[in-house]
Amino acid sequence: MSAHASAGDHHAADGHGDHGHGGGHGHHNAEYPFLAHHFETPAQQFDSAKLGMWLFLVTEVLFFGALFVGYAVLRNRYPDVFKYASAYLDTTMGGINTGVLILSSLTMAMGVYFAQTGRKTALVVCLWLTMAGAAGFMVIKYFEYTHKFHVHLVWGEGFYKPVTDDGGLQAAELSSKAPVPLAPAQATMSAATVTAQQASMPAFVQMPAGEQTAIAPPAEGPSGMAPAVIDAKAAEHAADPATHGDEALHLQDASMPPNTHLFFAIYYAMTGLHGIHVLIGMGVIGWLIVRAGRGEFGPKYYTPVDLVGLYWHIVDLVWIFLFPLFYLID
Amino acid sequence: MGHAHTTSGHGHAGHDAQPLVGHLVAPWILFATGGALIVLTVITVAVRYVDLGEANLLVALAIAGLKATLVSLFFMHLRWDRPFNQLIFLSGILFVVLMMAFCLMDTSQYRDSQYVGNPAGVQAVLDKDAPNAPIAAQKSPDLP
Repeated sequence: MSAHASAGDHHAADGHGDHGHGGGHGHHNAEYPFLAHHFETPAQQFDSAKLGMWLFLVTEVLFFGALFVGYAVLRNRYPDVFKYASAYLDTTMGGINTGVLILSSLTMAMGVYFAQTGRKTALVVCLWLTMAGAAGFMVIKYFEYTHKFHVHLVWGEGFYKPVTDDGGLQAAELSSKAPVPLAPAQATMSAATVTAQQASMPAFVQMPAGEQTAIAPPAEGPSGMAPAVIDAKAAEHAADPATHGDEALHLQDASMPPNTHLFFAIYYAMTGLHGIHVLIGMGVIGWLIVRAGRGEFGPKYYTPVDLVGLYWHIVDLVWIFLFPLFYLID
Repeated sequence: MGHAHTTSGHGHAGHDAQPLVGHLVAPWILFATGGALIVLTVITVAVRYVDLGEANLLVALAIAGLKATLVSLFFMHLRWDRPFNQLIFLSGILFVVLMMAFCLMDTSQYRDSQYVGNPAGVQAVLDKDAPNAPIAAQKSPDLP
């Protein structure tokens, strides 16, 4: 192989410097083994990659931007729904997640710094810390989601279905008695709710006053849920709805504005898409950890670390807007 | 490939230990940015408990915008990036703002619904599944 030292021969690396005159793209390959053949210099390759990444980030901005537009239209149309439903989100968990994402962005930025300065161990540590932040975010999000699913704070018609199938309070109370002829939600409707409901009905639906029954309403409902108990629970929930337990208390709250499920539709759409981005981020950060462990990054070549860092900061940036827009309404 | 030959430059300025490509941002700038972001998060949560009426949304958006600016300028190195990359990012944001402005202008052109009560099909589903569900689309008071 040393019989002829052609310009493209990679094995000529040991002898570089003694003939730097002949066009020499082969020497570039030897000095910069990461440099693809269609780039002149590492700077050109780096700038091209970065340009492509910024274009991709713009598509991400537009991707989330469309959902932010949907949010704005809904909030403009149903301001009461957003004020009411925001109280069902746990500000503590959302705030902790904001801090976790900011700190993971900081460790990612420090990872880029250590890659640029060629400190492999510090880079790997920073990448693992970023990964831990992403995982912590998803764990907290998991607890938020599962609790909301449990009490039917969901999108669509499931929002209006009472919790009866998974051991919630209402199911336990109902099953301890004889079969109830009413629908479960009706059985737990308070007297105040019924009155408010009927008052808001159109006139042609309402029962004429003379036709109303003379039988007094029972002090205690068929399932043992007295109207007073329901009203007390509703008041407790109104004080701090984020802390309630297993009941779908929003179904017992006469003050719930119409179309409240729309808030949860846009909440799951936006935080769900963001969560998918966090999961993808964990994947590419894991890929970086493997490559960094092999010592592939240093002051000459750290493009993947830089670009994944940009992606991770965009994910952080989206959450920076999601947090106040969903968790911090009044 | 070349580890740790620039370690003399870390810790204080960092500008004397530039990598081959890109820009090295000193750690103290990154930590200051992270600290500012945490402080702004605490402020935005605290402001929630101050009733400013409609201004609450504007304050929250202003703080979020400031945080986003810090992240993009320092964490994402945009302050030292090529001007064309800065232009690309700003143009993306511009088009989101345009889309939002036109959509909001459009939605504000519609009158409130003249239906009284839920539409018949919706009410049938609600009667079956959710007798407690509220009545939607009350007649607007400013309609005849």
